[in-house]
Amino acid sequence: MGTAAIELKNITKTFGDVVANKDVNLTVNRGEILSILGENGSGKTTLMNMISGIYFPDHGSIYIDGEEVVIRSPKDAFDHKIGMIHQHFKLVDVFSATENIVLGFKEKSGFNIKRSAQQIAKISHQYGFDIDPNKKIYEMSISEKQTVEIIKVLYRGADILILDEPTAVLTPQETEKLFAVLRRMRDDGKAIIIITHKMHEVLALSDRVSVLRKGEYIGTVNTCETSEAQLTEMMVGKKVELNIQRSEPKNPEERLEVSHINCISRDGVKLLNDISFTVRSGEILGIAGIAGSGQRELLEAIAGLQHLNSGEILYHNPKTGHTDNLRDKTPMQIRELGVRLSFVPEDRLGMGLVGNMNIVDNMMLRSYRKGKSFFLERKAPKDLADRIIEELEVATPNVNTPVRRLSGGNVQKVLVGREIAAAPTVLMVAYPVRGLDINSSYLIYNLLNEQKEHGVAIIFVGEDLDVLMELCDRVMVIGSGKITGTVDARTATKEQIGLLMTSSDRGDNNE
Amino acid sequence: MLIAFIQRAVVQGIPLLFGSTGEIITEKSGNLNLGIPGIMYVGGICGVIGSFMYERSLPSLDAINPALAVLIPLLCCMLGSLMVGLIYAFLTITLRANQNVTGLALTTFGVGFGNFFGGSLIKLVESDMPSIALTTTSNCFRTQLPFAHSLGWFGEVFLSYSFLAYTAIFLSLIASFVLNRTRVGLQLRAVGESPTTADAAGINVNRYKYVATCVGSVIAGLGGLYYVMDYANGVWSNDGFGDRGWLAIALVIFAVWKPNMSILGSILFGGLFIIHNYIPNLSVSSQEIFKMLPYVVTILVLLVVSMRKKRESQPPASLGLSYFREER
Repeated sequence: MGTAAIELKNITKTFGDVVANKDVNLTVNRGEILSILGENGSGKTTLMNMISGIYFPDHGSIYIDGEEVVIRSPKDAFDHKIGMIHQHFKLVDVFSATENIVLGFKEKSGFNIKRSAQQIAKISHQYGFDIDPNKKIYEMSISEKQTVEIIKVLYRGADILILDEPTAVLTPQETEKLFAVLRRMRDDGKAIIIITHKMHEVLALSDRVSVLRKGEYIGTVNTCETSEAQLTEMMVGKKVELNIQRSEPKNPEERLEVSHINCISRDGVKLLNDISFTVRSGEILGIAGIAGSGQRELLEAIAGLQHLNSGEILYHNPKTGHTDNLRDKTPMQIRELGVRLSFVPEDRLGMGLVGNMNIVDNMMLRSYRKGKSFFLERKAPKDLADRIIEELEVATPNVNTPVRRLSGGNVQKVLVGREIAAAPTVLMVAYPVRGLDINSSYLIYNLLNEQKEHGVAIIFVGEDLDVLMELCDRVMVIGSGKITGTVDARTATKEQIGLLMTSSDRGDNNE
Repeated sequence: MLIAFIQRAVVQGIPLLFGSTGEIITEKSGNLNLGIPGIMYVGGICGVIGSFMYERSLPSLDAINPALAVLIPLLCCMLGSLMVGLIYAFLTITLRANQNVTGLALTTFGVGFGNFFGGSLIKLVESDMPSIALTTTSNCFRTQLPFAHSLGWFGEVFLSYSFLAYTAIFLSLIASFVLNRTRVGLQLRAVGESPTTADAAGINVNRYKYVATCVGSVIAGLGGLYYVMDYANGVWSNDGFGDRGWLAIALVIFAVWKPNMSILGSILFGGLFIIHNYIPNLSVSSQEIFKMLPYVVTILVLLVVSMRKKRESQPPASLGLSYFREER
C-alpha cells in the first residue's frame, strides 16, 4: 500500500432540504482500486462530484497527499490531477475524439490538434486502448465513448481516477477489457475510485470497498475479507434475501405472436430484421443484446409507437378468444381492442412519466379517460399513488413532489408501480433496474415474478446477464436488429449469451 | 449594369454580414439572440447621435476632422450595441431568463429606442423632411481607395467599397479562423454544444457566453452603422432600416453557422433583396414577391440541410438553453 492519495473528512452536502452527504470520511491510496457501494440516493455520485469540483461541499475538508485543498471548480480538480469519468458521458457529439480530449486543457506547447492526436495514439498504445483519434463522437459505440472519457483524464496526467458506474452500459467482454485497463493503471501507481451497483464486479476488481447508506458513511472493508452478504447488509442496513424465486410457468398459452417484422429507419438502416417470436402467458421472456441493437424499436413496435415496414403482431385475447393484429395501431386503438398492454420504457422521464408533474398526476396519465364528469377524478389516482409509495418504498417528501426531483430509482418505482397497477396481460419492461440499487432491484424482480404467477406474459429487456439468467424462463438474444439465438435460461451459460450478443456484429450492420 | 448590380448587392449585403457574423458568434456560445435586429437599430442610432453631436459642435462643416468624424460615431455605435448585448447577457446568462422572450423584447426595445431618438433629432433640426442628413460624416465613412476606379471592372467589383465593408469581410474571416482553428474557438463551440461537458472540462461557461454575446452584439451593431453611413448616405429616417435584422438571422441559418459561408450568403441575399429593381416592368405587387426571395432561399437551405442530416450542419445543440451547474 502506498500513501493516501486523497482523503475526505466530514464532508456534508445538502440540496435544499435533502441531505445528500452527511459527515462522510473516505481514504484512497495510490496503487489501489476502491469501490464505493451504496443504494440509490445514498450520495455516491454527489460525493464524487465534490471531489471533481462539480459541487462544493457545505462543510468538511479534502486532503490530497496530506495537504488540505479547496476544489471549487472542475479546473481545480484537474490541477490536483483528479479526473472523473461521469456516468453520463460528458462529450461533445460533433467533435472528434481528439477535440474532446484536449477540450479545456491548456498545453504549454500551444494548440495543435495533429500533435495531440499523436500523443493520444501513444497513450492508447500504452494502456491497450483501441481508438481512432479523428473519429467523431456521434459515430462511436458506447464503449468507444467511454474509452475517450478515460483517455481524456489520462491525457491531462490525472493520477486519481473516479469512474461512476462505468460498466452499466458495457457487454461482459467490454467490461473485462475495461477491468484489465484499470488493473494496469493501478499497477502504474494510480489511485482509482469506482462506483458500481454490481456486486460481483466489486469483488472481482477492487482492493477495498467503502459503503454509504442514505448519505452517511458506514465503513470500509478489504475486499478479500468480505462477502456479498456482508456488503449487502452494510448497504441496506438489514439482511436481505438475494435470491430470485423463479417458478415454473403455469399453463402457458400463447399470448403475443410477433412474426417476421421488419423496420427500416429513415436513413435506410434495418432497425429490425425479420424478427419472429412468441410470448406465452405466465412466462418471462428475456431479451439480451448490446444497447441499441433494436430492443427499443421492438418494444415500441408492439406498443404501437413504431411504424413497421412488414410483418405482423398478433395478440390472442384470453377473454374473447379473438386474435387481433396490433401492427400499425396507435396505443389508443390497441387499448380500445381490449388489449391490456403495459410498457415500462427505458426512457423513464421522456416516455414514461412527465417530470414536472407530481406522482398523482402521473398516475392519471393512464386513468384520465375513466371519469364521466367534466372535472377530473383525483381520488383514485391519489390512493394509487399512496399505495405505490408505501408498497414500493418510494423515497419522496409527499405525493405532490414533481417526479423530476426524485432519484432515478424512485422514478422507476413510480413508473413500474403504475404500469403493474393497470393489471396487464402483457407487460413489457426495458432495463427496469438500470441505476437501481440492489434492494430496489430485487423488489422489482419480485414484482415481475408475482405478475408472472398471475399469468401475465412478460417481456424483460435487460443488460445484466446474471439477472436475465436467474429471472427469465427463456432468453432471446438480439444483435443489430436480428435474433441471433434463443436459449433456455435455466441451462444457458453467460459466455454462450455473450457470444450471441456480438455474433452478428461483423454482419450487414451499417452502424 | 451587371457591375452596378454586384456593387449594390454587396452594399446591401454588408449590414446583413455584420449582423450574421455577430449572431453566429453569439449562437456558437448557445445563446439565441433574437435581439439582433434591435441591436443593429441601436448601433445605427447611437452612431447617428454621435456624429450629430460632433457635426453640431463644429463652427462650420468644412472644419470637419475626417478621423474624428469616423471614430466618434464608431465608438458611440459600439458602446450602444455593447450595452444592449450586456442587458441580454445579464438577463439570459446570469438571471437565466428565457432567451427567445428576452431577445424579442430587446428587438422591440431597440427599434423603439432608435425611433425615439431619431424622432427627437429630427425635431431638433426642424427640417421639412422626416429625416436627418449627416452627409459630411457619411462622406468620410464612404472614402474609397483612390485607385479603385482606375482599374476597370476589377476595381469596381472588388475595390470600390468603404473601409467598413472590408471590416465586415475581415471580421467574418477572423471569426471563421478563430472558431475552427484555435483553442478559444474549440472551447466556445463546446460551450454552445454541451455546456455541461465544457464545464466539466474546466471551461468558464458563463464567461464564454458573456464575451461571445457582447462581441457578437458589437459586431452586429456595426451593421446598423454601415447601413446609415454608407448605404443610406448618412440619412437617418425612422424605420428605414426595415427588416434587415431578421434577414441577418435568416442568413445565419443559410450559412449553416459558418462565418465564411455568410460572406457569400450576404452578397446573395443583398442581390436577391434588390433584384426587383433590375427586372424591368415589374408592378409594385410583384416587387414585393421578389422581396420574399431571401426568405424562400433560407427555407430551401433548411430543407436541404435537414435532408442531408449531416450532424455538423445542425445548430449548436444547446442553442436557446440556459445553463446552471447544480441543476439536478
